Amino acid sequence: MDLSLLPDGGVGWLDASGDHADIVLSTRIRLARNVEGYAFTPRARDGERLRVLSQIREAAQHLRPLQAGMLLRVDELPTLDRQLLHERHLVSKELAGFDGPAGVRTGAAVLLGDDVSLMVNEEDHLRLQALRSGFELPAAWRAVEQLDQDLGGRVPYAFHGEFGFLTACPTNTGTGMRASVLIHLPGLVLTKEIQKVLAGLQQIGLTYRGLYGEGSEVVGNFFQISNQTTLGRSEEELIDHLAQVVRRVIEKEEEARRVLLRDAGTTVEDKLWRAYGTLRYARSLTFEEAMNYLSGVRLAVGLKLISGLSVYTLNKLLIFCQPAHLAYLEGRALTESEVHVARARYVRQALSSEAGTAG
Amino acid sequence: MLCENCKERDAVVNLTQVKSGAVTQLHLCEKCAAEQGVETSVASPHSQIGDFLQAVQQQSLTVPGDQSSCHFCGATTRDFRSSGRLGCARCYGAFERSLRELLRRLHGNSRHTGRRYEPPAPELLEQASLVGQLKDRLRRAVEAEQFELAAELRDRLRTYE
Ligand SMILES: [Zn+2]
Ligand SMILES: [Zn+2]
Repeated sequence: MDLSLLPDGGVGWLDASGDHADIVLSTRIRLARNVEGYAFTPRARDGERLRVLSQIREAAQHLRPLQAGMLLRVDELPTLDRQLLHERHLVSKELAGFDGPAGVRTGAAVLLGDDVSLMVNEEDHLRLQALRSGFELPAAWRAVEQLDQDLGGRVPYAFHGEFGFLTACPTNTGTGMRASVLIHLPGLVLTKEIQKVLAGLQQIGLTYRGLYGEGSEVVGNFFQISNQTTLGRSEEELIDHLAQVVRRVIEKEEEARRVLLRDAGTTVEDKLWRAYGTLRYARSLTFEEAMNYLSGVRLAVGLKLISGLSVYTLNKLLIFCQPAHLAYLEGRALTESEVHVARARYVRQALSSEAGTAG
Repeated sequence: MLCENCKERDAVVNLTQVKSGAVTQLHLCEKCAAEQGVETSVASPHSQIGDFLQAVQQQSLTVPGDQSSCHFCGATTRDFRSSGRLGCARCYGAFERSLRELLRRLHGNSRHTGRRYEPPAPELLEQASLVGQLKDRLRRAVEAEQFELAAELRDRLRTYE
């Protein structure tokens, strides 16, 4: 599969152009919607899902951000391609068919537009998404809201006067909106403030997950913070609340980093340079190792201990260090130990082309 | 990697400690980490799905006033309890009473106050679905090399564009 055909290769959100991009990787807002008149995806028959898909395909031709996009029938792709899309955060685990024994569903598809995308036949018929680099909630909201209005004007959504937008899972009912910010918090983890922060989030209606969504582990100190409730508050209220809290978390992270430098400057510096050294010279790296060392290097760049390395390169490494990406780079299927070797080689090349120097 | 404490189980927690200015890293299994008073929830966020299913199960022990199944999709309260998923939009009507309670529990509220939605005008919909059907038929006609039919369908489609 040639993802370079996508408007921005599908990785524009990694370019570190947004607000607070050294700490916040990306902002994503997604809206869950269902088409009136069909059973929800998990209960629908193949024929119904295909009719939903053709209705969406037809409507999409009239919607500016999707017109020039690319439609991928996920159910017709080989496993490696589906994994690649999932690793690039372009489709969810469920749509890619990796979420359960049932595998990929008939009619599963994704429409990748300019700066929005649309999953079809995920748990809900439609998952509209906007993904942005850095901390950019307002921009992501404008894009996804516009798409929602245009699409909802052509396709009838399931909507209820009291309950709002109806979704397969009651945890999404109402606005159907999940706004999330992917944030790197090594300072809070190192100073062990993180538990307090995370517990605090849950008390005020927010939740967190790892880098790869629902149920995924926290690796490399990356946390996805998002709204937990979707009903009873307007979209703008939910977004404002998340934005305020994320701003506070960013401040706390910056404070933790200052404390680390002040109280343990030399040890911290040594540890981070060792992380950099390992990435520069290792001949085999597991995914978890790579994530943890990249987290260290990212922190070092944030603290200006290492300069000459772009955040964009570090962001890209998070994505391209994953197995399907490495298999594509090598042009063949890899055994597990080959993946570790390929990962180390890729990281060495990426870092040596942008030699880091002491700041 | 094996746990550095018991050297028996796989290490799942990377414990980073800053003690009197020195940073050390310990790789521990879940059990040893717990014994050291480290919550492992940073390594694996607690499962929302689990909590949610529990809430569903506690909730929908059939509330009077609810239908036992949805007339549109056939889903039963039992289906909902086991999967946590509703079958279709009509299920919200069929299980309205238990759902209202569940939504209140999950969201602290059961009334949507966000964006309102007006469906597209019926004429527009009919036309859109007609256009969709015509395109489907055209695709099939071309695939089956029924060129006369394809030409006719193409003409009909033109009148809508
Ligand atoms: Zn142990
Ligand atoms: Zn139903």
